[in-house]
Parts: sequence; structure tokens; C-alpha cells
Amino acid sequence: MAPKRKRAATVASPKKASKDLTKLDTLFNAYKDKGSEEDVIGPDGVEKLCRDLKVDPSQREVLLLAWKMGAKRMGYFSRQEFRDGLSDLGAITIAQLRKVLPRLPLEVQDSAALDEFHRFAFSFCLTEPGQKIIDSEMAAQMLPLVLPEGRFVPQFCTFLTEQKDYKKVNADQWANFLRFSREVKADLSNCEDNPAWPLLLDNFVEYLRQHDEAAT
Amino acid sequence: MQGGGAERRPIELEAGWQYMGDGIAKLKRILEGDKSEAFTAEHYMMLYTTIYNMCTQKPPHDHSEQLYARYKDAFQVYIQEKVLPSLRDHHDEHLLKQLKQRWDNHKIMVRWLSRFFNYLDRYFIQRHNLHPLNDVGLLVFRDHVYAEIKRASKDSMLKLIESEREGEQIDRSLLKNVLAIFQEVGMGQMECYERDFEEAMLKDTAEYYRRRAAVWIQEDSSPDYLVKAEDCLRDEEERVNSYLHVSTKPKLLKEAENELLKVHQMQLLEKEHSGCAALLRDDKKADLARMYRMFNRLPKGLDPMADIFRKHVEAEGMKLVREATEAAESKKEKEKEAGKAAKEAGSSSPENQFIRGTIGLHDKYMEYVQDSFGNSSLFHKALKEAFESFCNKQVASASVAELMASFCDNLLKKGGSEKLGDEDLEGVLDKVVKMLAYISDKDLFSEFYRKKLARRLLHSTSASEDHEKGVLTRLKQQCGAQFTSKMEGMVSDLQLAKEREKNFEEWRERKSLGGGMDMNVTVLTTGFWPTYKQLELGLPDVMMQGVEQYTQYFDESTNKTRRLSWQFTNGTVHVKATYDKSYELIIMPLQAAVLLPFNDSELMSYGDLKELTKLPDEDLTRCLASLTLSKYKLLAKEGGGKGISPSDSFRINAKFTDRMRRIRVPLPPVDDRKKVQEDVDKDRKHAIEAAIVRIMKSRKALKHQQLLVEVVQQLQRMFAPDVKVIKRAIDSLIERDYLERDANDQQLYKYLA
Repeated sequence: MAPKRKRAATVASPKKASKDLTKLDTLFNAYKDKGSEEDVIGPDGVEKLCRDLKVDPSQREVLLLAWKMGAKRMGYFSRQEFRDGLSDLGAITIAQLRKVLPRLPLEVQDSAALDEFHRFAFSFCLTEPGQKIIDSEMAAQMLPLVLPEGRFVPQFCTFLTEQKDYKKVNADQWANFLRFSREVKADLSNCEDNPAWPLLLDNFVEYLRQHDEAAT
Repeated sequence: MQGGGAERRPIELEAGWQYMGDGIAKLKRILEGDKSEAFTAEHYMMLYTTIYNMCTQKPPHDHSEQLYARYKDAFQVYIQEKVLPSLRDHHDEHLLKQLKQRWDNHKIMVRWLSRFFNYLDRYFIQRHNLHPLNDVGLLVFRDHVYAEIKRASKDSMLKLIESEREGEQIDRSLLKNVLAIFQEVGMGQMECYERDFEEAMLKDTAEYYRRRAAVWIQEDSSPDYLVKAEDCLRDEEERVNSYLHVSTKPKLLKEAENELLKVHQMQLLEKEHSGCAALLRDDKKADLARMYRMFNRLPKGLDPMADIFRKHVEAEGMKLVREATEAAESKKEKEKEAGKAAKEAGSSSPENQFIRGTIGLHDKYMEYVQDSFGNSSLFHKALKEAFESFCNKQVASASVAELMASFCDNLLKKGGSEKLGDEDLEGVLDKVVKMLAYISDKDLFSEFYRKKLARRLLHSTSASEDHEKGVLTRLKQQCGAQFTSKMEGMVSDLQLAKEREKNFEEWRERKSLGGGMDMNVTVLTTGFWPTYKQLELGLPDVMMQGVEQYTQYFDESTNKTRRLSWQFTNGTVHVKATYDKSYELIIMPLQAAVLLPFNDSELMSYGDLKELTKLPDEDLTRCLASLTLSKYKLLAKEGGGKGISPSDSFRINAKFTDRMRRIRVPLPPVDDRKKVQEDVDKDRKHAIEAAIVRIMKSRKALKHQQLLVEVVQQLQRMFAPDVKVIKRAIDSLIERDYLERDANDQQLYKYLA
């Protein structure tokens, strides 16, 4: 269910294009997993890449980069993903990539793009084939990266880790949270307007109300 | 008159009128009472012909117009001369009498004069679009007599009516006649009657009853007041029927009802010692019936009364709940102190008393609804709501659903309740099933009933197969086939068992298998029967042999397509035991496993028994308690402490004796109330999911609120689903790709094929 990507066509002469590709391949090989048979950059390589980019692997920019690449597995970049991602960003060297990174957050200011990024983040956490749910703990860690300024995000993450009813979060609940944080006012006054929130979010509202009472 | 000659000379107006005038004067004399006068046919013809001639003469001798005017004048003159003076002279009732007489006279006058002047009616009035003669006559009376006299007449009539209300006899026909005048002068409309009489009469009536009611409401109790009110209303109705116009009836009654009933309604209902609640408390059925009749006259007049009724019944019901809970708790306290093992609830237990009390309450107040409250649907509803409210409360920490199932169990099992004749028993069972309608957790009742039914069937403690079937039929009628399908399966399993018996015996003969012991096996179809704890049981060899034989037979007969697993927690074993004399003990397999080893060994410790029987602690303890601490002390315990402890030892109780030869030693079941609730909750979850899928499959797309409504509707026959549980089911179905949310409308769900 990969979203349609807009490919920035690098208008260059075929000769330049192939020269760039070779450069990217070389770059890829520098980080590629030496020991394995797969043509991927593994966790160690990713770590090294991050160091060279002077970013922490847990930073938002890295997740955004993974999104740009369309990476299917957390902690791994395939050759194709690497190629596509970097050429999309117009970066073929580490220095160029380092320059491009800070601009990535701007790409998700648009709400449609943020939707896509948010969806991507969920499927990025899935490890087994046919898996449809992620741990609540993982969700709580992911969410601040995806929506650093989202309304209710810190409270929701605390709530997710504290509550015991739902040990896992599914795609529907994940998607509905984004909607919730956009539509529902900070004082919760309009949350009853929509009766169809998943039960997880109903529980969240109850939790917020209880905490409000305790605070006042 | 000059006759002869071909050409007649036209009659001059004054000449002709002179002649007419004489005739009119004669008529007046007759009206005044002169009996010596009368009109001959000849005279009448002459008068008629005079008019005829004067109207058919060629102009300018056609005097139609003047004659028409003088016709009218004739009345006016008479009215001024005789009628009005006479009326002015009379008052009150005499005025009315005079008026009636003058009116009658007038009508006669109109009749005669219009006959004389009849020719005008034929052509003149039509040609000039004028009132016909008859109407002219009436209008003159209306405009000159009626207009002047109407007020005084009205006042006189109202005075008469008031005195009649005070109890005096009045001349009703006089009133009726005078009111007829008021109607007739309306010329086909009721306007005069309404404006000149009815309006004032209604106001008068309202005022009259306002005064009376104000006094009564202070002095009288509600029933007394209502008796008076009823009498007044009856009077007024009779009054209308007797001498008022029929159209006055609803208006009159409305005024009276308003002042007597509506204005003081709440006060009447809420009077402390005689209001509606008090009457209910004191069982005053007749007074309540009257109250119902009275307030039924008002639009929406019964709503407050129905509300009081509902609250009263609800309070009575809650009282039963409280009493039962308190009694059960104090009983538990006493039993704990005495160290007794938990007994099964007998027929006089607080729980059964509660059910019986509830049935009695229902009977009592249903009678009220039917007898005193006119079988009104409003009161049926109030009764239903009252019962629904307290029947869904907890009584002594059990749900009413469970208590009902226990109550039925008591009635249906052997040695259960008091001896009720067949008909009475049917009646009570019928009522209990009907009460099920008030319980929202019907599936909870079904679970408990099923468990107890299973026990009755398996231990052959059911008193009557007919009664059992009867209850199932009633339940099916009330709650649908799905409700009773499992239970019916259970009953049919038992019938099948008898057949299998025969086959098993034949099989044994064929295989020439002897030994073992006499045993009857009932094969239960999984799914119909409640799930029982699976226990491994160390049985004495003699019993194991039988078990193995049957298992072999079963495998062969079903070609190993089905798997048999033995339920040792059910069933009975008949054991011959010799103490001081021979006894037949009827016990459960678990107890047999504990007892029989004593054949080989005199003293056994708890540990020994545990090893032999392979029972878990709680079951072993229960068994030992039933054999050592209950009514029949078959074993003696060595070891301190009131209960069974792992350090105890046991031996046969040499001192055991009982006057009965055949003894049933019960092993009270662990009725895990919590487990039943858990099972029911699990079933509910599945039922909700199934309902959602069914609904979405047929509707394809549905909004959230709509889906909730439909789910509740589909399931309400069995239970009232919790919104949260429904939501959870929806979430789960989305996760499992049965449903999805619409991309554009977050509240819309779509079915995924």
C-alpha cells in the first residue's frame, strides 16, 4: 500500500544521469552490510551513515529520510530505496545530503503530506509479514517523532504506556489519532460530536477528563 | 265589489288595504284569546284573492311593493301595541313563560299572514331577491322582540339553572322551549344561541364550580372530593341532555371539568393521606378507579397519576429487593458462625421468597391496571417500567436472572418446593416465564437455567418431564427458538441415551463381556450442555472396567468419528454400605472414589486420598466435607479444626446410623456465579460481532450511530448490549478486515467482502 510518489525528475543528460547513479552506488556500497547476502544497508551501516550526517539515528530527520526513500523495513535501506530517495532529494554526496536534511521537516507541513508520513510511520514499524498491529510502547515512541507539535501528543503517549486495555495499536486507531488531534479542541468540548472514535480514543478522553479533575 | 263587465276596475291600494286591515285585526283578536272569532274558508279566500288582484294589476296599479312593506308593518304594529308591553310587565320565570307564549302566537300570526299574502312569495320576492314572507316574520320578531328581551331572558334562565344546581326543581321544558326560540331566531345558525345565552352560561358555570371547588379542596379528602365532582359532572351532562342544545355538551363539560379537576389536579393527587400514593398504599381500589375515571376526562390527565403509580410499584419492588438482601446476608452470617457448609437454597430461602414476592406484586398491580385503571396502555407501560427498574438490580449479590433460574429449579426438582398441584405449578411457572420480559439480561437467565436443567437431567432429580417440556415451550414462545435450542438438545440427548442403552447391552452380549458393574451411560452432545470441569479421577477398578468397556463400544459404534470424554463431576453411583444395617447410598462418582478405598484400608490420610483419587484440593475438600461434616456423617474425621485440612485423617464412622435405608448424599455444586457471567460475556461478544457482520453484509455501508441502533435492536431480545462492547467489536472487525472506515466520512463504515 505504498503511496504514490512524486518523482522529481532530474533533468539531466543521460550521460550525467548514469554518472550520478554510479556515484550513488559507490556511496551505497560504502555503507552496505558487508557480511550479509542482501543488498542492503543494515543497522550498523545506518548508524555509520547517521554519524557521517552528524545526526542521531533517533532524530526525526532520519525517519523523514526513510520516508523519502520509501523504506520498507526499519533499520534497513535497500539499494533501490537508497538510490530513489537520494536522487529525489537531489543529493549524491554526503555533504549534499547533510545540507538537505534540515529541509525535510518543511515537506510535511502540508497536511496531505503529513497524512502520508503518519501512515508510513505505522507500516514502517511492522516487522512480520501479515502483521497488522504494533506495540503500544512502540506507538508511544513513534508518535512524538511524527507529530512533534501535534495536539494531545504528549498526553496520549503517556496514556498509551499507562493503560492496560490495549497492548497493541492497529492502523485504524493510529490513523484516527491524527484526525482526533486535528479535529478535537483542547478543552474536549466537541469530541462528542463524533460518536465513531475508536474505543481507544474514548478511553483517552476519559483519561484526560479524570486528570483535568485531579488537577483543578 | 263591483262585479260583471269584462274589464274590472283595479283595486286601489288604500281600499284594498282597508279590507286587509280588517282581516288582520280579526287575527289579532284571535291571538289575544278571543274564542268567538274564527276564519271561514270563504273569508280566507277573499283575503288571498285581494292580495292576488292587487299584485296582478297592471302598473301603476301593481301594489306588490307596498304590500310587502305593509305586511312587515303589520307585525311591527302588533308587537309595539301588545307584545312588548306585555313582556315588559313580566319578570323572571313569568317573563320566560310570556315569551314562550308570545313566540307561539307570533308563529301563528306569521303562518296566517303569509298565507294571505302568499302571492308575493311566488313572484315578487324572487324577482327582487327579497326575504320570503316567513323569514320576514321571523326577522321582525328577532329585531324587535328578541333583541329587547334577550338579556332579561338570559338572566332569568341562568338564575333557574343555578337554583337547579342548588337542588331545587325547575320547569325544564320551559327552559327548553325558550332556548328553542334562541335557536330558531338564528335562522339556521347557532349564533344567537351561542352569543346571547351559551357564552354567559359557560362563564356562569365556570364561576359556580370555581367557588365550590375552592371550598371542597380545603375541606374534603381526595376521594370525597372526587365523589362530589363525579356527581356534578353527571348532573351537568343530564342537564345538557334535558334542555340545552347538544352542541353545548362538550363545552359545558370542559368548563366544569376544568374547574373541578384540572385546576386542583396536583393537589388532589398529592394530598398526604388521601392522594394517589396514599390510596395505593391503603389498597383503595374503588377510590383509585374513580380517580382514574375523573382524570381520564382531561387531555393527558392521566400522565401524573400513571407516574405516581409507577413510582409506588417501583418502591414496593425495591422494598422486596432490600428485604431479601438483608435476610440473605443475616442468614449467611448465622451459617458462617455455625460452621455449616453452604446449603442449597430451600424453598423458603430469602431468594425464593423474593421471586414469589415479585410474582405476587405483579399479580396484585396487574389487577389494579385491569380493574381500576381501565386496562389503559399508559398504566400497563408504567407497570412495565416499574418492574424493569427493580428486576434488573442485584439481590443479595445475585442477579434477578439467576434467582429466577433457581426458583424454577426449586419448582422442577424432586423434593424441592412445597407440594403444589399440577395446575398450580403450571400457573406459577407460567408467571415466572412472563416475568422474564422485564429482565434485560435474558441470556444470563438462560445460562443459569441451562446449568440447573443439566443438573436435574443428569442426576434424575427432575420431578416431571411434562413440566420441564412445558417450561421450554413457554420460553420458546416468549423469547424465540434460539433461546431454547440448546436446552431442547439436552432433553433429546437424554431420550437418545435410552436407545443407546439397549445397543450397548446387545454389544456386550455379542462380545460376551461380563463383569464390570451395572451402569447407565448418558452421552452428552458438546455444545448443548454446559461445559464441566475436566477432572482425571482415580476410580476403583470395578468402575474403571465399565468405563473402558463403554469407551470401546462407543468408538466402534461411531467409527471413531467422535471423541468421548468422561464427566465424573456428574452422575450418580449407588453403593451398598453396611454400617449397623445395610444402606443404599446414592452418591456422586467423586464421592465414590473417596469412599470406596475404605474397603481396603481402615484409616486414610488426606494425602493418601489425594494420591488415590487424583483430585485437586478444592474438589477433594468438598467431597470430604459432604461425607464427614454434613447431614450424613459416613466418615469420621481425625484432626482438629472445624473444616477439612490436609493434615486430617479419616476413617469409617462406626457410629453412623439413619432411619432411612436409601440415602442420597448430596455434593453441593460450586455454582460459580462469576464463571457464568464470564461465559455470558464471551457469548455476548460473539453475538455482537455476528450481528455487526450480518447487518453490514446486507447494508454494505452504514453510519456509526445507525449501526449501533441496529445492533441493539437485533440483540434486545436476549440482552442489552453495552455501547463500549459494541465499539470494541467494531474496532476488532476493522482490524480483521471485515469492515473499513470510509476515506471521506470517518463515521461511515463499509463492508469488505
